[in-house]
Amino acid sequence: MFLAAEEGEKVELVGGFLAEWAWLIPVVPLVAAAAIVFFGKRLPYKGWELAVGALGFVAVYGTALLIGHAMTPMGFEDHVTLVDAGTVPGLGDLVLEWGWTVDGLSIMMYFLVGVVGFFVFTYAKGYMEGDVRFTWFFAAFTLFAGTMLVLVSAPNMIQLIVGWEGVGLSSYLLIGHYWEDMENVWAGNKAFITNKIADIGLFLGVIVFAIGAGSFRFLDVFEAVESGAISSGFAVAGALLIFLGAMGKSGQFPLHVWLPDAMAGPTPVSSLMHAATMVTAGVYLIARMFPVFDAPAVAGDIRWLLITIGVITLFATGLIALVQDDIKKVLAYSTLSQLGYMTAAVGAGAYTAGLFHLFTHAFFKALLFLAAGSVIHAVHSNNMSDMGGLRSAMPHTFRTFVIGSLALAGILPFAGFWSKDEILATLNHDGYTAALVVATAGAFVTAFYMGRAVFLTFFGEYRGQGQPHESPPIMTVPLYGLAAGAVFFGFLNVPGLYTGFTDWVTARVFVPQEYHPESIDFVVGGIGLLVALAGIAAAYVLFFRDAESQAARDRFSIPVLYPILENKYFIDDFYMKGIINPTRLQIAAAVNWSNDRIIDFAVNAAGVATRVAARFVYDILDQLGIDFGINAAGAVTGEAGGALRLTQTGKVQQYAAVVVAGAVLLAAGFIIFA
Amino acid sequence: MDFVDWIEQPQNWVFAAIAAVMLVAAFRVVTSKNVVHAVLFLVATLAGSAALFLLLGAEFVAWTVVLVYIGAVVVLFLMGIMITRAPIGADVELDHARRWPAAMVAFAVFGVLAGASVASFENLELVGRVERTGDLGTTLFDRFVIPFEVVSFLLLAALIGGIVLARRDVDVSEDAEVSG
Amino acid sequence: MIVSQFLVLSAALFALGVYGLLVRRNAVLVLLSIELMLSAVTINLVAFGAFHDDPLFTGSVFALFVITVAAAEVGIGIAIVLMIFRARRSANVDELDLMKW
Repeated sequence: MFLAAEEGEKVELVGGFLAEWAWLIPVVPLVAAAAIVFFGKRLPYKGWELAVGALGFVAVYGTALLIGHAMTPMGFEDHVTLVDAGTVPGLGDLVLEWGWTVDGLSIMMYFLVGVVGFFVFTYAKGYMEGDVRFTWFFAAFTLFAGTMLVLVSAPNMIQLIVGWEGVGLSSYLLIGHYWEDMENVWAGNKAFITNKIADIGLFLGVIVFAIGAGSFRFLDVFEAVESGAISSGFAVAGALLIFLGAMGKSGQFPLHVWLPDAMAGPTPVSSLMHAATMVTAGVYLIARMFPVFDAPAVAGDIRWLLITIGVITLFATGLIALVQDDIKKVLAYSTLSQLGYMTAAVGAGAYTAGLFHLFTHAFFKALLFLAAGSVIHAVHSNNMSDMGGLRSAMPHTFRTFVIGSLALAGILPFAGFWSKDEILATLNHDGYTAALVVATAGAFVTAFYMGRAVFLTFFGEYRGQGQPHESPPIMTVPLYGLAAGAVFFGFLNVPGLYTGFTDWVTARVFVPQEYHPESIDFVVGGIGLLVALAGIAAAYVLFFRDAESQAARDRFSIPVLYPILENKYFIDDFYMKGIINPTRLQIAAAVNWSNDRIIDFAVNAAGVATRVAARFVYDILDQLGIDFGINAAGAVTGEAGGALRLTQTGKVQQYAAVVVAGAVLLAAGFIIFA
Repeated sequence: MDFVDWIEQPQNWVFAAIAAVMLVAAFRVVTSKNVVHAVLFLVATLAGSAALFLLLGAEFVAWTVVLVYIGAVVVLFLMGIMITRAPIGADVELDHARRWPAAMVAFAVFGVLAGASVASFENLELVGRVERTGDLGTTLFDRFVIPFEVVSFLLLAALIGGIVLARRDVDVSEDAEVSG
Repeated sequence: MIVSQFLVLSAALFALGVYGLLVRRNAVLVLLSIELMLSAVTINLVAFGAFHDDPLFTGSVFALFVITVAAAEVGIGIAIVLMIFRARRSANVDELDLMKW
């Protein structure tokens, strides 16, 4: 099959009918989003049908592409020129292109966004039922998916930024969906601003590469880096800046602070945001730019940074998840932790392993969020201290949540085991022993907090208000759909047996140079599995037997560590007190001063000048010039109307006589002159 | 071809006779003071046109005119006159006062049409031929079958429309108030 | 026989129809005048058909269509006159001056 081509070589791949029409994938959701805004409220399901239809289309198209790609690898790029302004003085040639990419990486993402999105959108109908801004929610949600697809399909960096910012915008809208509560508005602001800080890095990185390569297209950039047209230092600087952008979107330490707060949005938003869109954008960007990060001139200088950041993130945020009471925040910190795994993997050069974890994680994390949403829907609280004992009341949610938890904890044979094992195996093979140890410890933490969440939520006695009920089928059926993915998609990439996933994602025009395990690493995999089981066992011991009592949580409160974790290492406080408040005060004072002195003066001067000019215009131009003309025109019109009025008798036959006479005159003229 | 040559052909005697009858009858249609007389003069005009069609060899068209016009349409007119209680018998107020503008317009129409026709065709001879009804039927249901079907739909629509309009329903007559 | 004789006759009939259309007050008589104009057109069509010696008999066929359409028109026209009469107790066209409001 495809791997007949040597790794690291450049091969020409072909597209086909499906690839040529793939531009529909981002366009359809965007059009649907616009249509929902304009017509959504008049439709029988208030716009939901358009949203889910668009995502269904993407899911079907993505599946078709994936199947086609598995049979004949596709590598296709096309561009449409949107604006060709020619040569602009001082800027050079100004050409804006829109394009779409169809290769292993983007097909994987299309499939992911489409399928996961479809399930989430279906579920969201049940979850958002009765919401005041139901239609608006689905407009923004469809825009969210659509802009992510724009980002994924981008063959050039400008389009990538368009999609990237679109994702940022729509996530801002969605996080602040319940804007009546000021806290949610702050959460939206926090996400937006944190991302914006990181985006500065992305912009600068794009500019660096564009200057170096003379083009915004990824392929040109890759070629320039490979051929050495971009000098080594330049490329490293660019890669670092781009990684800064990816850190923001993918919530890498220390820019992770926005993601847990983003839980303020409705649960389906969290689900899609943590699975297929938004946070995966950063990892996707690194994967898309992998030929740059992996180039010999760059890799040596930058690898350690990616791995360090990834490992810190995966362990530090995993620990925070241990002490959270809000079930969504547990999952949010868990996402951060898993993103740390992905970053570390991609940083270590394990392109396939990182993407494979992204792929499987999307399914089980979306599943966990949706199941958590189902629980929240039932008990009307986010806090696990209000849950407990829901096993029998919500059997479907319980089953699927446990499947998701086992997958996330990395228990054989669920999807998470295979992808996490591949990351560990790659770290082991490449000799990053310290990282391997931390990552394995992270696996223990992961299993521990997921076990804690399951035991506190579904076992013991119910501690909340009212009587919880299972959610309606429109919410539970998508859970089973995603659960199927969480169970089976691990088998897409079993080293030594079947490595279809590797073949798909490595089928790109630039084949990445990477290590891929030839067979299962029994030692690392076995240790990983044992550690995960140990984590579940620890959670069982601590939280299961008397899950209903406060004692369980008290026993876990380790004196020093606990406050640190509760306060999230004081990073948020540091940002607030150390950076935001001082700058905000300084900037506010400066803005106030300039407002008083400079802008007010300018405004007043403009006001006086306008008044003088207006007086002149009124006296001379208006009264003498225009008014006379208008009065004259009015008088003429009135006279003419009075005269013509006499011809308007209202008698049909007089009109007919005039019509016939006119026709005869026309005919006569035609005969004489023609 | 001058008038002498023209009048020598016996067909043209027939034509002249029919044309004279038609013109007189048509003139009476538009000037008659009696409504029923006007309709009867229309019958004479249409009968004359049927005779002209026979002269031209268009046999089927001639009998269609007799059947459809003289048989059906005229009856419809008489019914309409009766229902609307138009004054039967001599009535001076059937016409407008202002006849002369209308007469001038009508004369101008005649002048333009006749002048254009004579100028274009001068004295081109007609081919004497007879259209056999069977041949006409063959073309009608072969080459012209789609227009034929369209016309049949038109008739159906007119039928339904006539019923709907003429029905004495309260809501329909309210519509009539608005549109009338 | 020449073509022009039929055309001139039909022009005369048409002009008489126009005159009647413009001068008659009774709506039924207006319709009558329209029939006169339509029959003038029919004569034209048949005359042209005979002149061209068309194997498809287009002239006659369209004359038939005109007759059919005229019949439909009379049916609808009489119905409309009926409506107007019901609504206004009069079938005089010059009393319909609703075009000037």
